Amino acid sequence: MRSAKSAVKKSGYTKRDYQAFIYIAPWLIGFAILQLYPFLMSLFYSFNEYTIGAVPEWVGLKNYIKLFTQDTEFWNSLKVTIVYTLYTVPGKLIMALAVAVFLNRDIKGINLIRTLYYIPSLFGGSVAIAILWKLMFLENGLVNSFLQAMSLPTISFLGDTKYALKTICSLEIWQFGSSMVMFLAALKQVPRSLYEAAEIDGAGKIRIFFTITIPQITSIIFFNLIMQIIQALQNFTSAFVITDGGPMKSTYVLGMKLYKEGFSYFKMGYASSISWVVFTIILVVSLVLFRSSSAWVYYEDQGDF
Amino acid sequence: MKKMKNTKLKKFIDYLVIVIIGVILLYPIFWMFFATFKSNEEIYSSIKLFPKSFDLKYYIAGWKGTGKFTYTQFFLNTFIMVVPTTILTVASAALVAYGFARFHFPCKKLLFGLLIATLMLPNAVIIIPRYTLYNKFGWVNSYVPFYAQAALACNPFFTYMLIQFFRGLPKELDESAHVDGCGTFRTFVQILLPLMKPALFSAGVFQFLWTYNDYFNSLIFINSVKKYPISLALRMSLDAESVVQWGQVMAMSFLAVLPVILLFFAAQKYFVEGIATSGLKG
Repeated sequence: MRSAKSAVKKSGYTKRDYQAFIYIAPWLIGFAILQLYPFLMSLFYSFNEYTIGAVPEWVGLKNYIKLFTQDTEFWNSLKVTIVYTLYTVPGKLIMALAVAVFLNRDIKGINLIRTLYYIPSLFGGSVAIAILWKLMFLENGLVNSFLQAMSLPTISFLGDTKYALKTICSLEIWQFGSSMVMFLAALKQVPRSLYEAAEIDGAGKIRIFFTITIPQITSIIFFNLIMQIIQALQNFTSAFVITDGGPMKSTYVLGMKLYKEGFSYFKMGYASSISWVVFTIILVVSLVLFRSSSAWVYYEDQGDF
Repeated sequence: MKKMKNTKLKKFIDYLVIVIIGVILLYPIFWMFFATFKSNEEIYSSIKLFPKSFDLKYYIAGWKGTGKFTYTQFFLNTFIMVVPTTILTVASAALVAYGFARFHFPCKKLLFGLLIATLMLPNAVIIIPRYTLYNKFGWVNSYVPFYAQAALACNPFFTYMLIQFFRGLPKELDESAHVDGCGTFRTFVQILLPLMKPALFSAGVFQFLWTYNDYFNSLIFINSVKKYPISLALRMSLDAESVVQWGQVMAMSFLAVLPVILLFFAAQKYFVEGIATSGLKG
């Protein structure tokens, strides 16, 4: 059949091939109307003064100039978001990797352990769990009660600018289970023969980890890294529910700034310019990672089909 | 002899670490459950996990919601929003994935590239024009935005996941069906879909979970309390009174996470397998 396929390729496409467009039609329409069009429109809005129901008024670069030169709140939000990303993404991935490596051996009940560790990941973005976090970290909440019981000084987790953002990060890192499951599955696929060969050559455990284990699972680390960064840069729910951006805007992430400008003050042009800053950051980070990936990511197949 | 003792000790330490990590991870959830029976004073003053008494009064009081709208309404809203969204997502993703995985058509490389690119398109950058668009269509304050996005395969993650799964099914299946004169749609429905069941289920479970947990989109698209899903109702309950009745809030929060936990245990195979396979090929 393979030869028949290549024959078709030479002579163009058969009638049957064109039926593909019927199947991908939902996506083509969705892509055009609900993804491409909004994407371009938000770029357009970012150069306009625009509020819902009104006609956009072209103002050129004014929104961006205001954002970068006058809006100190924006610089603060940018900083908060970057710090949030720098804490949560490595924190989550290192936790996930460490626990996955630890579990990657003959352990009875591994399926149950894997299942239980996964549970926190079920609640990504859940308001109920964000509320739980708020209550746990209140001045007289659970965590401080524990600190008190151990005669440690209590901490104003949500009221102190030093701790509020870290408290929110802790919620994200708590949910490392889904990445851990992915890493664990990847670790299981590393050929045993590699480890055996290294052991025969007399390599130590740490050396084996860095020269065999890590290189073998770089593609999955890479995938996780990109997805987590994209998600972290857009974080909204935990900051909005747990601290509402406070205290003193120390948790006022860009996602919140975007929401407030766009949907509380209805400055949709201005909010669009914020969204394009977020997008640009994501784009640049992704490009840098992709460019560098050929140097450190190992792919078994090229992923063609 | 000494060596055996050592391995035993090592095993013991391994399990100890496993249990400690497990307790840290799950303690908040257990604590949440027991907090649903506690008064504010008890929550604040005691580090005991178990409540003084198991009284359902906070559930009863919490369920009343705003008075005008109870949690019966909020739960109903949530399922009216989530269930069709889930079904439409799976159906559209399967169709589109079939098109990409089993046909050779013009511009396929380009279109597939665009599909992959949208995997990384942040929601933040399209949310404002989407809102204006839905506003024009009169869809704001309804669940139609969620349905439309689902029906038009706007979450590329699932399409991609199912394409990967299709790639694992032998092409000979389609080809022999084709030779037998079976049309492409019948091949899809009668031959491939039955084999796809686990993957479809995985996709459905994830979409259910994500839509159920979603807060940002609901916050923007839904604005009357009458149509609030649970996520919005819970956030509102924090602002409702000057002194938050944590027992009530925790009771409703616990009820909100309960379906997720139940679904997880009923379908854990699909969760863990789904995440392991979809991520691996990435």
